[in-house]
Amino acid sequence: MLSKRIIACLDVREGQLAKSVKFVDTRDIGDPIAKAKEYYEDGLDELVFYDITASSDKRDIMLDVVEAVAEQVYIPFSVGGGIRTVEDANKLLWAGAEKINVNSAAVLRPELISECAYAIGNQNVVLSMDIKQVEVSDTIPSGYEVVINGGRTPMGLDALAWALQGEALGAGELVVNSIDADGTKAGYEINLTRMIAEAVSIPVIASGGAGKPEHLLAVLTEGKADAALVASMLHFGEYTVSGLKQWLHEHGVKVRLKYA
Amino acid sequence: MLVIVDYDAGNLRSVLRACEHEGIPACISADPQEIMDADRLIFPGVGSAESAVDTLHARGLDKAMRDFFATGKPMLGICLGSQIVLQKSEEGHRDCLGLVEGVVEKFDLADKALKVPHIGWNEVEIIRPHPLLSRVESGDEFYFVHSYFTRPANAEDVYGVTDYGDRFCSMLGHKNLFATQFHLEKSGKKGLSILAEFGVWDGCV
Repeated sequence: MLSKRIIACLDVREGQLAKSVKFVDTRDIGDPIAKAKEYYEDGLDELVFYDITASSDKRDIMLDVVEAVAEQVYIPFSVGGGIRTVEDANKLLWAGAEKINVNSAAVLRPELISECAYAIGNQNVVLSMDIKQVEVSDTIPSGYEVVINGGRTPMGLDALAWALQGEALGAGELVVNSIDADGTKAGYEINLTRMIAEAVSIPVIASGGAGKPEHLLAVLTEGKADAALVASMLHFGEYTVSGLKQWLHEHGVKVRLKYA
Repeated sequence: MLVIVDYDAGNLRSVLRACEHEGIPACISADPQEIMDADRLIFPGVGSAESAVDTLHARGLDKAMRDFFATGKPMLGICLGSQIVLQKSEEGHRDCLGLVEGVVEKFDLADKALKVPHIGWNEVEIIRPHPLLSRVESGDEFYFVHSYFTRPANAEDVYGVTDYGDRFCSMLGHKNLFATQFHLEKSGKKGLSILAEFGVWDGCV
């Protein structure tokens, strides 16, 4: 039986690990390579790095981070942030990433998904969606809207419709990130996650809001997510990967426990 | 020297890195002569069987791999590389290398809640011991990404099975060849242990 995955998310700004709260305040909290290694040794299933470097001339720093991680960490990892072309994607794969995450650029130009899927394979293309709850309307029938630019720009695009379109264009997995829940540590957006997980036939990774083990349990069961993304729970040392997995195991979730 | 066969199928560098991490000298090559001269061979793979088989054929690598197999030197297939050693694949309806009797089929699962591709960590049950599995136990988990699976014709070629709706062959072996459906280079320390054992394997079972 397939295990539920625990994925650690590391936001990287100019080579440093950062953690944002509601996508506005960001602070640097350490070395992403050391963190990646630490989580890997402790049984993490997968890693995702988001490059949140603002200036484009410093983006190549991320390639060095990816190279260094690939030399030390032998689990799948994906990289997102600033990928606008197949060439951007290829650079990251060559540096050692397994998959790439596309987000804003795909909203603005959906063909980016199919171009990347053709070039590097569907299974290596993850569509990451930032989503905000809004009033139900004709344009947003699900009541969830896609936003970009770190949550600042609403796109008038229904999240459920976008998830289905992303799958049709060739995305291999979806990250469902609730901007409302992000950084609150008050729990994942269960309804949103379940709605999308039930509608698509590709794996769904829940993101935003993890603060307690109970939140992971809820989104992996009620929320029907295939994987749960965690960040600050781990980064500040409140919880460990192995501790979280042991707790989930004791609460009936199938997770990978043997890794040494 | 260990040679990683380059047939434009996936991230060869991650396999090369894993070899280096395990202290196994390795290089990547698409040259049939270099492949024949290798001490041992790894053929990784991501992508479709049809393009993989077409590329092997176009580069003359299919013959090189058959000849290499006949020498008795150790060979290791990973993911798509475990599929192309069989006789035929449903994917693109291609004839494959035919080193092992059997076919490659697409998942057709009765439980429609199970997603295809099969992506993630899943358990392997060891059916028979193999020198490469000295540090692996039944119940250990490995990382899978695939929509097709191997069905060897002879039960004695099946070394491990995995349950995804139905049980499928996740590790196969035949003489000096061993292959895993999962990405052993992305399966943490358990996966790397198979690679380390391959680095010293003499090709005898």
